Amino acid sequence: MKLAYYPGCSLHSSSKGYSDSFVAVCKKLGIELEEIPDWVCCGASSAHSVSHLLSLALPAHTLVQAEKMGLDMVAPCAACYQRAKFAEYEMLNNPEMKAKIEQVIEMEYKGKSRVLSVLEVLSMIEEDKIKAAVTRPLTGVKVACYYGCVLVRPPHICNVDDPENPTKMDRIVALLGGEPVDWPYKTECCGASHIFTMKDACLKLGRDILQVAKDAGADIIAVACPLCHVNLDMRQTQINKKFGTSFNIPVVYITELMADAMGIDTSDMFRRHFVPVEIKRQA
Amino acid sequence: MKEVNLTEKWKQNGKIIEELIEHSGVDIRNCYQCGKCSAGCPMAFVMDVSPNRIIRMLQLGMWEEVLQSRTPWICALCATCYTRCPRDIDLPKLMDAVRVITYNKNMVDHVKNEKIFHSSFMKWLYRYGRIYELGLVLDLNLKTGNLFNDVELGLPMVLKGRLDFLPPRIKNKDLIRRMAERARQIEGGQA
Ligand code: SF4
Ligand code: SF4
Repeated sequence: MKLAYYPGCSLHSSSKGYSDSFVAVCKKLGIELEEIPDWVCCGASSAHSVSHLLSLALPAHTLVQAEKMGLDMVAPCAACYQRAKFAEYEMLNNPEMKAKIEQVIEMEYKGKSRVLSVLEVLSMIEEDKIKAAVTRPLTGVKVACYYGCVLVRPPHICNVDDPENPTKMDRIVALLGGEPVDWPYKTECCGASHIFTMKDACLKLGRDILQVAKDAGADIIAVACPLCHVNLDMRQTQINKKFGTSFNIPVVYITELMADAMGIDTSDMFRRHFVPVEIKRQA
Repeated sequence: MKEVNLTEKWKQNGKIIEELIEHSGVDIRNCYQCGKCSAGCPMAFVMDVSPNRIIRMLQLGMWEEVLQSRTPWICALCATCYTRCPRDIDLPKLMDAVRVITYNKNMVDHVKNEKIFHSSFMKWLYRYGRIYELGLVLDLNLKTGNLFNDVELGLPMVLKGRLDFLPPRIKNKDLIRRMAERARQIEGGQA
């Protein structure tokens, strides 16, 4: 499988560990990636609040670049993914909007390239292939898979098995030899970019998510979105301070967890985290 | 409580609201006020008006009240409500449509932080085609007076290699601005 890679702004900078682990895991699994030259920002978290049309045209511009490469496009960042899916959906289902978008980007979308999330890509890989790549299984490690919002909603936009109880990430954890925990906050919202404007509200949402994960017995939380990661990892100390809690739950990207289980060196990825990442396997 | 003459309100604002329905494609007339949206909304606890009441106000023509509410800006666009709504009301799309209107009319003084955040985000987007995260963080800290709140995270972020000093760039530096101009021309005349 060969895919056009759309890293997006976060993966190029603050969430480099997500990108590094994603690229390394793809290599292990025989997925070839080619970064889209001169991709542009998808416009999340703001363009949609300034101009609806611009917010569709930005990811459409990058999607058409992927189409020119003759490849489907993978966007590991959940926000880039959702924004690109909105553009794809409008262009496939709304001819009037498609015409407007094409006028803005001054290019045509033929409808051949599709947008894929990390979870969609991984679910296309046979179980045996993933299992065969695991050299350090996550034996006894309890993982709360946290999907958040934009990866699973709205369901007619995001390709998801169940918007209230998605399972694609849980399946991966199980294939890595870990134990996905059953918990009810898989798709609760972390407040996303509101952390910059309404910090207190987001800290409360983060506290709730961490608490429920902890109550479910999770050792670790797995995510697939840079903003979920910021809100649960980087802000964990602030959450503890504000609510008098003492959470110390590592929050890792699902691809980092895969990399670790596949024997890839994760020290540089984990060094970037705020909550120290310790994966306690049982003998 | 303030008294509102609803007959007058609808006379005044009915047309604007019908336009909003048309442009956003969200037909708020279908909402039967079950309240499920507000029940599951993660941000409802900080909103001044709950999501289902925003819809009710629109149904009644209370446009000014909706524009003055912080709710459309507090909405995290998480789509929990839309996923569960028995009447298929796309609330996040509606909230965003209200935001676009208030943002472009510069009626955002009641949501100062949001105004700062979005204008900084758009500034870097126009300038570089990608988001300059360090620039964004600095803008926010300086302009929202949040400096002391987050200074504890700044240094570790730099040390951990999480913030690039240099801004990213795309080759065609006028690309985004031109796209935005064309979008404005096409969307021009909309509410
Ligand atoms: S869930 Fe839907 S029908 Fe019920 S109040 Fe909310 S928008 Fe209206
Ligand atoms: S989309 Fe907005 S209104 Fe709907 S549940 Fe999420 S935060 Fe609440």
